[in-house]
Amino acid sequence: MNQRSSNLLDEALGLDEVIEPWPLRGQVVAIEDQVETSGSFVLHHLLKRSLSPNSSNVTIFIAFSQPFSHYDRILRKLGCNLVSQRDNSRFFFFDMLKLQCPDGDEGITPEGGLIALYGKIHKTISALPEISWKNVSIIIDDLSLMEVAANGSSDYVLDFLHYCRTLTSEFDCSLITLNHEDIYSSEDRPTFFIQMEYLADILIKAEPLATGLATDVHGQLTVSNKGRNKVSNFHFKVKENVVECFYPGRS
Amino acid sequence: MVMEDAEAPHHMLLLRNFMAQGLVLGQPLLYSSPARDPRGFLGTLPSPAASKDDKSRERDPDQEKGLRIAWQYKKYLGESQLDGQRDSKHEYSNEFDLRKPLERHFINGPRIDCVSIQDCPDLSTLRDRCATFLSQFPRNDGSISCAGRIAIQSFCAPQCAYSNMEWDMLSFIRYLKSMVRSSNSVAIITFPPLLSPSFCKRWQHMADTLLSVKAIQDEDKELAQLLTGYQDMVGFLNVHKVARINTQVPVILEATTFSIKLQKRRYLVLECLNQAPVDGSSGTSYGTSGGWSSSSKTGNLDF
Repeated sequence: MNQRSSNLLDEALGLDEVIEPWPLRGQVVAIEDQVETSGSFVLHHLLKRSLSPNSSNVTIFIAFSQPFSHYDRILRKLGCNLVSQRDNSRFFFFDMLKLQCPDGDEGITPEGGLIALYGKIHKTISALPEISWKNVSIIIDDLSLMEVAANGSSDYVLDFLHYCRTLTSEFDCSLITLNHEDIYSSEDRPTFFIQMEYLADILIKAEPLATGLATDVHGQLTVSNKGRNKVSNFHFKVKENVVECFYPGRS
Repeated sequence: MVMEDAEAPHHMLLLRNFMAQGLVLGQPLLYSSPARDPRGFLGTLPSPAASKDDKSRERDPDQEKGLRIAWQYKKYLGESQLDGQRDSKHEYSNEFDLRKPLERHFINGPRIDCVSIQDCPDLSTLRDRCATFLSQFPRNDGSISCAGRIAIQSFCAPQCAYSNMEWDMLSFIRYLKSMVRSSNSVAIITFPPLLSPSFCKRWQHMADTLLSVKAIQDEDKELAQLLTGYQDMVGFLNVHKVARINTQVPVILEATTFSIKLQKRRYLVLECLNQAPVDGSSGTSYGTSGGWSSSSKTGNLDF
Protein backbone atom coordinates (compact mmCIF):
# COMPACT_ATOMS: atom_id res chain seq x y z
CA MET A 1 0.00 0.00 0.00
CA ASN A 2 2.73 2.43 0.98
CA GLN A 3 4.77 1.77 -2.15
CA ARG A 4 1.72 2.19 -4.36
CA SER A 5 0.44 5.32 -2.60
CA SER A 6 3.75 7.21 -2.76
CA ASN A 7 3.95 6.42 -6.50
CA LEU A 8 1.05 8.73 -7.30
CA LEU A 9 3.20 11.70 -6.38
CA ASP A 10 6.32 10.13 -7.83
CA GLU A 11 4.40 9.23 -11.00
CA ALA A 12 3.20 12.78 -11.43
CA LEU A 13 6.77 14.06 -11.00
CA GLY A 14 8.45 11.39 -13.11
CA LEU A 15 10.23 9.91 -10.08
CA ASP A 16 8.54 6.52 -10.25
CA GLU A 17 11.10 4.95 -12.55
CA VAL A 18 14.83 5.57 -12.51
CA ILE A 19 16.27 8.32 -10.32
CA GLU A 20 19.75 8.33 -11.83
CA PRO A 21 20.31 10.69 -13.50
CA TRP A 22 17.98 12.87 -11.43
CA PRO A 23 14.70 13.09 -13.40
CA LEU A 24 14.07 16.67 -12.28
CA ARG A 25 17.42 17.95 -13.58
CA GLY A 26 17.19 21.24 -15.40
CA GLN A 27 13.67 21.85 -14.09
CA VAL A 28 12.04 24.36 -11.79
CA VAL A 29 9.52 22.85 -9.36
CA ALA A 30 7.26 25.30 -7.53
CA ILE A 31 5.29 24.06 -4.51
CA GLU A 32 2.40 26.25 -3.37
CA ASP A 33 0.34 25.91 -0.21
CA GLN A 34 -1.99 27.79 2.14
CA VAL A 35 -2.33 28.44 5.86
CA GLU A 36 -4.90 25.66 6.18
CA THR A 37 -2.79 23.08 4.35
CA SER A 38 0.99 23.12 4.45
CA GLY A 39 2.94 21.85 1.45
CA SER A 40 6.18 21.36 3.35
CA PHE A 41 5.73 17.58 3.28
CA VAL A 42 6.25 17.70 -0.51
CA LEU A 43 9.55 19.44 0.11
CA HIS A 44 10.57 16.73 2.57
CA HIS A 45 9.52 14.02 0.11
CA LEU A 46 11.59 15.53 -2.70
CA LEU A 47 14.54 15.98 -0.37
CA LYS A 48 14.36 12.33 0.61
CA ARG A 49 14.10 11.25 -3.03
CA SER A 50 17.03 13.41 -4.07
CA LEU A 51 19.21 11.89 -1.32
CA SER A 52 18.22 8.34 -2.12
CA PRO A 53 21.03 5.79 -1.63
CA ASN A 54 20.48 4.75 -5.26
CA SER A 55 21.41 8.15 -6.57
CA SER A 56 24.45 10.39 -6.45
CA ASN A 57 22.36 13.54 -6.19
CA VAL A 58 23.64 16.50 -4.21
CA THR A 59 21.20 18.89 -2.51
CA ILE A 60 21.74 22.50 -1.49
CA PHE A 61 19.05 23.45 1.01
CA ILE A 62 18.44 27.14 1.65
CA ALA A 63 16.46 27.39 4.89
CA PHE A 64 14.61 30.57 5.78
CA SER A 65 11.88 28.78 7.70
CA GLN A 66 13.23 26.15 10.10
CA PRO A 67 16.53 25.21 11.72
CA PHE A 68 18.53 22.17 10.67
CA SER A 69 17.31 20.12 13.64
CA HIS A 70 13.71 20.36 12.43
CA TYR A 71 14.49 18.88 8.98
CA ASP A 72 16.90 16.37 10.46
CA ARG A 73 14.24 14.92 12.76
CA ILE A 74 11.61 14.78 10.06
CA LEU A 75 13.89 13.17 7.49
CA ARG A 76 15.10 10.58 10.02
CA LYS A 77 11.52 9.40 10.39
CA LEU A 78 11.36 9.24 6.60
CA GLY A 79 14.48 7.08 6.58
CA CYS A 80 17.08 9.64 5.61
CA ASN A 81 20.00 10.77 7.80
CA LEU A 82 20.80 14.39 6.95
CA VAL A 83 23.79 14.51 9.30
CA SER A 84 25.58 11.70 7.50
CA GLN A 85 24.56 13.09 4.10
CA ARG A 86 26.04 16.42 5.19
CA ASP A 87 29.22 14.70 6.31
CA ASN A 88 29.41 12.92 2.96
CA SER A 89 29.07 16.23 1.10
CA ARG A 90 25.77 15.22 -0.46
CA PHE A 91 23.75 17.70 1.58
CA PHE A 92 24.64 21.37 2.04
CA PHE A 93 22.48 23.31 4.52
CA PHE A 94 22.48 27.11 4.33
CA ASP A 95 20.90 28.44 7.54
CA MET A 96 19.20 31.73 6.58
CA LEU A 97 17.00 32.06 9.67
CA LYS A 98 18.72 35.18 10.87
CA LEU A 99 19.72 36.66 7.53
CA GLN A 100 18.38 40.16 7.25
CA CYS A 101 19.22 42.63 4.51
CA PRO A 102 18.29 46.14 5.65
CA ASP A 103 18.30 49.05 3.26
CA GLY A 104 21.89 50.06 2.96
CA ASP A 105 22.74 49.86 6.67
CA GLU A 106 25.86 47.92 7.61
CA GLY A 107 26.73 47.76 3.95
CA ILE A 108 24.37 44.88 3.29
CA THR A 109 21.64 45.81 0.83
CA PRO A 110 18.85 43.40 -0.06
CA GLU A 111 20.39 43.07 -3.49
CA GLY A 112 23.88 42.62 -2.08
CA GLY A 113 22.75 40.00 0.43
CA LEU A 114 21.06 37.89 -2.23
CA ILE A 115 23.96 38.27 -4.63
CA ALA A 116 26.24 36.95 -1.90
CA LEU A 117 23.89 34.01 -1.37
CA TYR A 118 23.87 33.24 -5.10
CA GLY A 119 27.65 33.43 -5.11
CA LYS A 120 27.80 30.91 -2.28
CA ILE A 121 25.54 28.50 -4.15
CA HIS A 122 27.54 28.85 -7.36
CA LYS A 123 30.79 28.29 -5.49
CA THR A 124 29.41 25.18 -3.78
CA ILE A 125 28.31 23.67 -7.07
CA SER A 126 31.53 24.58 -8.87
CA ALA A 127 33.54 22.87 -6.15
CA LEU A 128 31.76 19.56 -6.76
CA PRO A 129 33.20 17.00 -9.17
CA GLU A 130 31.96 17.77 -12.68
CA ILE A 131 30.16 14.47 -12.81
CA SER A 132 27.90 15.67 -9.96
CA TRP A 133 26.82 18.87 -11.70
CA LYS A 134 23.89 17.22 -13.45
CA ASN A 135 22.57 15.83 -10.19
CA VAL A 136 22.26 18.96 -8.05
CA SER A 137 19.01 20.11 -6.47
CA ILE A 138 18.61 23.55 -4.96
CA ILE A 139 15.73 23.69 -2.47
CA ILE A 140 14.43 26.96 -1.00
CA ASP A 141 12.12 26.99 2.07
CA ASP A 142 10.38 29.36 1.60
CA LEU A 143 10.20 32.27 -0.83
CA SER A 144 7.85 34.46 1.23
CA LEU A 145 10.43 34.51 4.03
CA MET A 146 13.14 35.34 1.51
CA GLU A 147 11.08 38.41 0.68
CA VAL A 148 10.98 39.31 4.39
CA ALA A 149 14.75 38.83 4.66
CA ALA A 150 15.09 41.17 1.67
CA ASN A 151 12.87 43.67 3.48
CA GLY A 152 10.13 43.41 0.89
CA SER A 153 12.34 43.82 -2.17
CA SER A 154 10.47 41.27 -4.27
CA ASP A 155 12.27 42.43 -7.43
CA TYR A 156 15.63 41.40 -5.98
CA VAL A 157 14.19 38.06 -4.92
CA LEU A 158 12.91 37.54 -8.44
CA ASP A 159 16.32 38.47 -9.84
CA PHE A 160 17.87 35.94 -7.50
CA LEU A 161 15.49 33.25 -8.74
CA HIS A 162 16.32 34.13 -12.34
CA TYR A 163 20.00 33.72 -11.53
CA CYS A 164 19.25 30.36 -9.92
CA ARG A 165 17.29 29.51 -13.07
CA THR A 166 20.47 30.02 -15.08
CA LEU A 167 22.07 27.33 -12.94
CA THR A 168 19.48 24.88 -14.21
CA SER A 169 20.84 25.41 -17.72
CA GLU A 170 24.50 25.98 -16.87
CA PHE A 171 24.81 23.00 -14.53
CA ASP A 172 21.55 21.15 -15.25
CA CYS A 173 20.49 21.67 -11.62
CA SER A 174 16.91 21.43 -10.43
CA LEU A 175 15.37 24.28 -8.47
CA ILE A 176 12.62 23.43 -5.96
CA THR A 177 10.81 26.21 -4.11
CA LEU A 178 7.99 26.49 -1.59
CA ASN A 179 5.71 29.52 -1.39
CA HIS A 180 2.30 30.43 0.01
CA GLU A 181 -0.33 31.02 -2.64
CA ASP A 182 -2.86 32.68 -0.32
CA ILE A 183 -0.47 35.55 0.45
CA TYR A 184 -0.48 36.67 -3.15
CA SER A 185 -4.06 35.84 -4.10
CA SER A 186 -5.20 38.80 -2.03
CA GLU A 187 -2.75 41.24 -3.66
CA ASP A 188 -3.83 43.66 -6.35
CA ARG A 189 -0.83 42.89 -8.53
CA PRO A 190 0.73 39.56 -7.58
CA THR A 191 3.59 40.05 -10.04
CA PHE A 192 6.13 38.07 -8.08
CA PHE A 193 3.85 35.08 -7.75
CA ILE A 194 2.73 35.06 -11.36
CA GLN A 195 6.32 35.26 -12.54
CA MET A 196 7.26 32.35 -10.30
CA GLU A 197 4.44 30.24 -11.69
CA TYR A 198 5.56 31.17 -15.20
CA LEU A 199 9.12 30.06 -14.42
CA ALA A 200 8.02 26.69 -13.04
CA ASP A 201 8.18 23.57 -15.18
CA ILE A 202 6.24 21.64 -12.56
CA LEU A 203 3.64 23.28 -10.31
CA ILE A 204 2.47 21.44 -7.18
CA LYS A 205 -0.47 22.92 -5.27
CA ALA A 206 -1.42 21.72 -1.80
CA GLU A 207 -4.94 22.77 -0.86
CA PRO A 208 -7.51 21.86 1.74
CA LEU A 209 -10.55 19.86 0.73
CA ALA A 210 -13.71 21.83 0.06
CA THR A 211 -15.25 19.98 3.00
CA GLY A 212 -12.53 21.11 5.40
CA LEU A 213 -10.00 19.20 7.47
CA ALA A 214 -10.33 15.50 8.26
CA THR A 215 -8.24 12.93 10.09
CA ASP A 216 -8.14 10.53 7.12
CA VAL A 217 -7.52 13.07 4.38
CA HIS A 218 -5.28 16.06 5.02
CA GLY A 219 -5.78 17.78 1.70
CA GLN A 220 -5.43 17.52 -2.04
CA LEU A 221 -2.48 17.88 -4.37
CA THR A 222 -2.64 19.13 -7.93
CA VAL A 223 0.51 18.50 -9.95
CA SER A 224 0.81 20.31 -13.27
CA ASN A 225 3.74 18.92 -15.23
CA LYS A 226 4.27 21.16 -18.24
CA GLY A 227 6.94 18.91 -19.72
CA ARG A 228 4.64 15.91 -19.75
CA ASN A 229 1.57 18.05 -20.50
CA LYS A 230 -0.16 16.32 -17.64
CA VAL A 231 -2.25 17.41 -14.66
CA SER A 232 -2.75 15.03 -11.75
CA ASN A 233 -5.06 15.52 -8.80
CA PHE A 234 -5.25 13.29 -5.75
CA HIS A 235 -5.76 13.36 -2.01
CA PHE A 236 -3.07 12.87 0.59
CA LYS A 237 -2.53 11.96 4.21
CA VAL A 238 0.74 12.91 5.87
CA LYS A 239 2.32 10.47 8.32
CA GLU A 240 5.62 10.57 10.13
CA ASN A 241 7.30 8.00 7.91
CA VAL A 242 5.40 8.32 4.63
CA VAL A 243 2.91 10.37 2.64
CA GLU A 244 -0.07 8.39 1.44
CA CYS A 245 -1.53 9.59 -1.84
CA PHE A 246 -4.76 8.21 -3.23
CA TYR A 247 -7.57 9.10 -5.56
CA PRO A 248 -10.77 10.42 -3.94
CA GLY A 249 -12.81 7.65 -2.33
CA ARG A 250 -9.90 5.25 -2.08
CA SER A 251 -8.21 6.14 1.24
CA MET B 1 -0.23 34.37 17.50
CA VAL B 2 -3.75 35.52 18.30
CA MET B 3 -5.91 37.46 15.88
CA GLU B 4 -7.93 39.95 17.91
CA ASP B 5 -11.53 41.00 17.43
CA ALA B 6 -12.07 44.73 17.26
CA GLU B 7 -15.42 44.39 19.03
CA ALA B 8 -14.26 42.71 22.23
CA PRO B 9 -10.97 42.35 24.12
CA HIS B 10 -11.16 38.59 24.62
CA HIS B 11 -7.49 38.27 23.69
CA MET B 12 -6.77 39.98 27.01
CA LEU B 13 -8.34 37.02 28.84
CA LEU B 14 -5.88 34.70 27.13
CA LEU B 15 -2.96 37.02 27.84
CA ARG B 16 -3.87 37.35 31.51
CA ASN B 17 -3.95 33.59 31.98
CA PHE B 18 -0.72 33.14 30.05
CA MET B 19 1.14 35.80 32.01
CA ALA B 20 -0.25 34.84 35.42
CA GLN B 21 0.57 31.19 34.86
CA GLY B 22 4.18 32.03 34.04
CA LEU B 23 4.65 34.29 37.07
CA VAL B 24 3.10 31.78 39.44
CA LEU B 25 5.51 29.14 38.16
CA GLY B 26 8.46 31.46 38.64
CA GLN B 27 9.07 31.97 34.93
CA PRO B 28 10.42 35.37 33.90
CA LEU B 29 8.14 37.49 31.79
CA LEU B 30 8.59 40.17 29.18
CA TYR B 31 5.37 42.07 28.50
CA SER B 32 4.97 44.65 25.77
CA SER B 33 1.93 46.72 24.88
CA PRO B 34 0.96 50.04 23.23
CA ALA B 35 0.00 51.44 26.65
CA ARG B 36 2.18 54.21 28.02
CA ASP B 37 2.64 52.25 31.24
CA PRO B 38 2.33 48.51 30.51
CA ARG B 39 3.16 47.67 34.12
CA GLY B 40 -0.31 48.82 35.10
CA PHE B 41 -1.77 45.81 33.31
CA LEU B 42 0.02 43.47 35.70
CA GLY B 43 -2.39 44.54 38.43
CA THR B 44 -5.22 42.90 36.50
CA LEU B 45 -3.57 39.48 36.36
CA PRO B 46 -5.64 36.82 38.12
CA SER B 47 -4.64 34.70 41.05
CA PRO B 48 -4.63 30.90 40.83
CA ALA B 49 -8.02 29.46 41.60
CA ALA B 50 -8.25 27.80 44.99
CA SER B 51 -8.15 24.04 44.67
CA LYS B 52 -9.33 21.33 47.03
CA ASP B 53 -5.71 20.51 47.90
CA ASP B 54 -5.20 23.96 49.40
CA LYS B 55 -7.45 23.09 52.30
CA SER B 56 -5.48 19.99 53.12
CA ARG B 57 -2.31 22.07 53.28
CA GLU B 58 -3.53 24.12 56.22
CA ARG B 59 -1.33 23.22 59.13
CA ASP B 60 -2.80 21.66 62.21
CA PRO B 61 -0.64 22.58 65.24
CA ASP B 62 -1.70 19.45 67.09
CA GLN B 63 -0.59 17.30 64.18
CA GLU B 64 2.86 18.93 64.15
CA LYS B 65 3.62 17.79 67.68
CA GLY B 66 3.69 14.24 66.42
CA LEU B 67 6.07 15.05 63.54
CA ARG B 68 9.21 15.03 65.61
CA ILE B 69 11.91 14.40 63.07
CA ALA B 70 10.80 16.29 59.98
CA TRP B 71 9.63 19.42 61.68
CA GLN B 72 12.73 19.70 63.83
CA TYR B 73 14.28 21.27 60.75
CA LYS B 74 11.97 24.23 61.29
CA LYS B 75 14.28 25.36 64.08
CA TYR B 76 17.21 25.63 61.71
CA LEU B 77 15.51 26.92 58.57
CA GLY B 78 13.11 29.32 60.21
CA GLU B 79 9.35 29.50 59.96
CA SER B 80 9.21 32.26 57.36
CA GLN B 81 11.57 30.58 54.93
CA LEU B 82 9.57 27.38 55.06
CA ASP B 83 6.39 29.32 54.39
CA GLY B 84 8.01 31.00 51.42
CA GLN B 85 9.17 27.70 50.01
CA ARG B 86 5.77 26.14 50.47
CA ASP B 87 4.00 29.07 48.78
CA SER B 88 6.44 29.18 45.86
CA LYS B 89 5.67 25.60 44.91
CA HIS B 90 2.69 25.94 42.65
CA GLU B 91 1.41 23.10 40.61
CA TYR B 92 0.90 23.72 36.92
CA SER B 93 -2.68 24.91 36.47
CA ASN B 94 -4.82 26.61 33.88
CA GLU B 95 -7.41 27.77 36.38
CA PHE B 96 -7.30 31.34 37.55
CA ASP B 97 -9.74 33.46 39.53
CA LEU B 98 -10.37 36.64 37.57
CA ARG B 99 -11.92 38.32 40.57
CA LYS B 100 -8.86 37.88 42.72
CA PRO B 101 -5.74 39.79 41.66
CA LEU B 102 -2.40 38.09 41.63
CA GLU B 103 -0.45 38.55 44.85
CA ARG B 104 1.89 41.51 44.82
CA HIS B 105 5.06 39.56 45.41
CA PHE B 106 4.59 37.88 42.03
CA ILE B 107 4.23 41.21 40.27
CA ASN B 108 6.91 43.16 42.08
CA GLY B 109 9.63 40.63 41.44
CA PRO B 110 12.74 41.49 39.41
CA ARG B 111 11.96 38.93 36.75
CA ILE B 112 9.43 41.03 34.89
CA ASP B 113 10.34 43.39 32.08
CA CYS B 114 7.70 45.73 30.68
CA VAL B 115 8.15 47.58 27.38
CA SER B 116 5.89 50.25 25.97
CA ILE B 117 5.83 50.28 22.18
CA GLN B 118 3.64 53.35 21.83
CA ASP B 119 6.33 55.94 21.25
CA CYS B 120 8.90 53.72 19.60
CA PRO B 121 9.72 55.06 16.09
CA ASP B 122 10.87 51.61 15.08
CA LEU B 123 11.19 48.13 16.50
CA SER B 124 14.86 48.22 17.43
CA THR B 125 14.16 48.85 21.14
CA LEU B 126 11.71 45.97 21.41
CA ARG B 127 14.05 43.76 19.42
CA ASP B 128 16.98 44.52 21.73
CA ARG B 129 14.88 43.99 24.87
CA CYS B 130 13.65 40.64 23.55
CA ALA B 131 17.20 39.58 22.68
CA THR B 132 18.44 40.49 26.17
CA PHE B 133 15.51 38.73 27.80
CA LEU B 134 15.89 35.54 25.73
CA SER B 135 19.62 35.36 26.37
CA GLN B 136 18.69 34.13 29.86
CA PHE B 137 17.27 30.89 28.47
CA PRO B 138 19.78 29.37 26.09
CA ARG B 139 18.86 25.98 24.78
CA ASN B 140 21.47 23.43 25.82
CA ASP B 141 21.43 19.70 25.54
CA GLY B 142 20.92 19.40 29.27
CA SER B 143 17.79 19.87 31.30
CA ILE B 144 15.74 23.05 31.24
CA SER B 145 16.54 25.08 34.34
CA CYS B 146 14.21 27.93 33.56
CA ALA B 147 11.80 28.95 30.82
CA GLY B 148 10.77 32.43 29.77
CA ARG B 149 7.54 33.92 28.47
CA ILE B 150 7.06 36.85 26.13
CA ALA B 151 3.65 38.49 25.76
CA ILE B 152 3.27 41.17 23.09
CA GLN B 153 -0.16 42.72 23.04
CA SER B 154 -1.74 44.43 20.01
CA PHE B 155 1.50 44.43 18.07
CA CYS B 156 0.37 46.53 15.09
CA ALA B 157 -1.97 48.86 16.97
CA PRO B 158 -2.35 52.22 15.18
CA GLN B 159 -1.02 54.22 18.13
CA CYS B 160 2.37 52.62 17.58
CA ALA B 161 4.60 54.79 15.40
CA TYR B 162 5.85 51.81 13.40
CA SER B 163 2.35 50.42 12.68
CA ASN B 164 2.54 51.28 8.96
CA MET B 165 5.99 49.68 8.57
CA GLU B 166 4.65 46.30 7.52
CA TRP B 167 7.89 44.75 6.34
CA ASP B 168 9.68 45.86 9.51
CA MET B 169 7.04 44.18 11.63
CA LEU B 170 7.39 41.00 9.61
CA SER B 171 11.16 41.15 10.06
CA PHE B 172 10.70 41.51 13.79
CA ILE B 173 8.37 38.51 13.99
CA ARG B 174 10.79 36.44 11.93
CA TYR B 175 13.66 37.49 14.18
CA LEU B 176 11.71 36.77 17.36
CA LYS B 177 10.67 33.39 16.03
CA SER B 178 14.27 32.37 15.34
CA MET B 179 15.34 33.57 18.81
CA VAL B 180 12.52 31.73 20.56
CA ARG B 181 13.27 28.52 18.63
CA SER B 182 16.82 28.53 19.87
CA SER B 183 15.89 29.21 23.48
CA ASN B 184 13.71 27.73 26.21
CA SER B 185 10.92 30.23 25.84
CA VAL B 186 7.54 30.84 24.33
CA ALA B 187 6.06 34.02 22.88
CA ILE B 188 2.46 35.10 22.35
CA ILE B 189 1.71 37.99 20.01
CA THR B 190 -1.78 39.39 19.60
CA PHE B 191 -2.64 41.68 16.74
CA PRO B 192 -5.76 43.67 15.81
CA PRO B 193 -7.45 43.16 12.41
CA LEU B 194 -5.80 46.19 10.83
CA LEU B 195 -3.34 44.60 8.43
CA SER B 196 -3.85 44.41 4.70
CA PRO B 197 -5.16 40.97 3.60
CA SER B 198 -1.83 40.01 2.06
CA PHE B 199 0.21 40.93 5.12
CA CYS B 200 -2.33 39.32 7.41
CA LYS B 201 -1.74 36.09 5.50
CA ARG B 202 2.02 36.51 5.88
CA TRP B 203 1.59 36.86 9.65
CA GLN B 204 -0.64 33.81 9.75
CA HIS B 205 1.96 31.73 7.93
CA MET B 206 4.65 32.88 10.34
CA ALA B 207 2.74 31.70 13.38
CA ASP B 208 3.56 28.27 14.77
CA THR B 209 0.16 28.17 16.48
CA LEU B 210 -2.56 30.49 15.21
CA LEU B 211 -5.69 31.41 17.17
CA SER B 212 -8.43 33.94 16.76
CA VAL B 213 -11.03 35.29 19.15
CA LYS B 214 -14.43 36.59 18.22
CA ALA B 215 -17.14 38.38 20.15
CA ILE B 216 -20.68 37.08 20.41
CA GLN B 217 -23.52 39.45 19.79
CA ASP B 218 -25.87 39.86 22.70
CA GLU B 219 -29.29 38.36 22.24
CA ASP B 220 -28.46 36.51 19.05
CA LYS B 221 -31.60 34.41 18.79
CA GLU B 222 -30.22 32.24 16.03
CA LEU B 223 -27.17 31.28 18.07
CA ALA B 224 -29.27 30.86 21.20
CA GLN B 225 -31.31 28.25 19.37
CA LEU B 226 -28.25 26.57 17.94
CA LEU B 227 -25.94 26.32 20.94
CA THR B 228 -26.29 24.88 24.40
CA GLY B 229 -25.25 27.30 27.13
CA TYR B 230 -25.27 30.32 24.81
CA GLN B 231 -26.26 32.68 27.61
CA ASP B 232 -22.97 31.96 29.44
CA MET B 233 -20.76 32.57 26.41
CA VAL B 234 -18.85 35.79 25.82
CA GLY B 235 -17.10 34.79 22.61
CA PHE B 236 -15.48 32.15 20.45
CA LEU B 237 -11.93 30.92 20.20
CA ASN B 238 -10.85 29.42 16.87
CA VAL B 239 -7.77 27.26 16.47
CA HIS B 240 -6.50 27.73 12.90
CA LYS B 241 -3.13 26.08 13.15
CA VAL B 242 -1.19 24.08 15.74
CA ALA B 243 2.60 24.09 15.93
CA ARG B 244 4.40 21.33 14.05
CA ILE B 245 7.95 21.37 15.26
CA ASN B 246 10.18 18.44 14.32
CA THR B 247 7.25 16.77 12.57
CA GLN B 248 5.46 17.04 9.24
CA VAL B 249 2.19 15.56 10.49
CA PRO B 250 -0.57 18.15 10.85
CA VAL B 251 -2.56 18.28 14.06
CA ILE B 252 -6.20 17.64 13.23
CA LEU B 253 -8.40 18.62 16.16
CA GLU B 254 -11.82 17.14 16.73
CA ALA B 255 -13.15 20.66 16.90
CA THR B 256 -11.49 23.95 16.09
CA THR B 257 -14.01 26.31 17.64
CA PHE B 258 -14.42 26.70 21.38
CA SER B 259 -16.78 28.86 23.35
CA ILE B 260 -15.27 31.33 25.79
CA LYS B 261 -17.18 31.40 29.03
CA LEU B 262 -16.68 33.19 32.31
CA GLN B 263 -17.90 30.68 34.84
CA LYS B 264 -19.46 32.47 37.83
CA ARG B 265 -17.83 35.55 36.27
CA ARG B 266 -14.55 34.32 37.77
CA TYR B 267 -13.07 31.51 35.75
CA LEU B 268 -12.15 31.49 32.09
CA VAL B 269 -13.46 28.28 30.56
CA LEU B 270 -13.01 27.07 27.01
CA GLU B 271 -15.49 24.45 25.86
CA CYS B 272 -16.18 22.55 22.70
CA LEU B 273 -19.43 23.70 21.23
CA ASN B 274 -22.50 21.57 21.73
CA GLN B 275 -25.46 21.91 19.50
CA ALA B 276 -28.74 22.51 21.27
CA PRO B 277 -31.42 19.85 20.83
CA VAL B 278 -33.53 20.34 17.77
CA ASP B 279 -37.17 21.16 18.43
CA GLY B 280 -38.84 18.10 16.92
CA SER B 281 -42.22 19.78 16.75
CA SER B 282 -41.00 22.40 14.29
CA GLY B 283 -39.87 19.75 11.80
CA THR B 284 -36.55 21.52 11.08
CA SER B 285 -33.46 19.42 10.54
CA TYR B 286 -29.80 19.98 11.41
CA GLY B 287 -29.00 20.76 7.84
CA THR B 288 -31.44 23.64 7.65
CA SER B 289 -31.01 25.14 11.10
CA GLY B 290 -29.07 27.98 9.55
CA GLY B 291 -25.89 29.89 10.33
CA TRP B 292 -23.75 26.82 10.90
CA SER B 293 -21.25 25.49 8.47
CA SER B 294 -19.10 22.40 8.91
CA SER B 295 -16.48 23.77 6.56
CA SER B 296 -13.50 25.25 8.33
CA LYS B 297 -12.83 27.31 5.24
CA THR B 298 -15.95 29.43 5.20
CA GLY B 299 -17.88 28.90 8.44
CA ASN B 300 -17.41 30.39 11.85
CA LEU B 301 -18.41 27.34 13.81
CA ASP B 302 -16.89 23.91 13.69
CA PHE B 303 -18.25 21.24 15.95
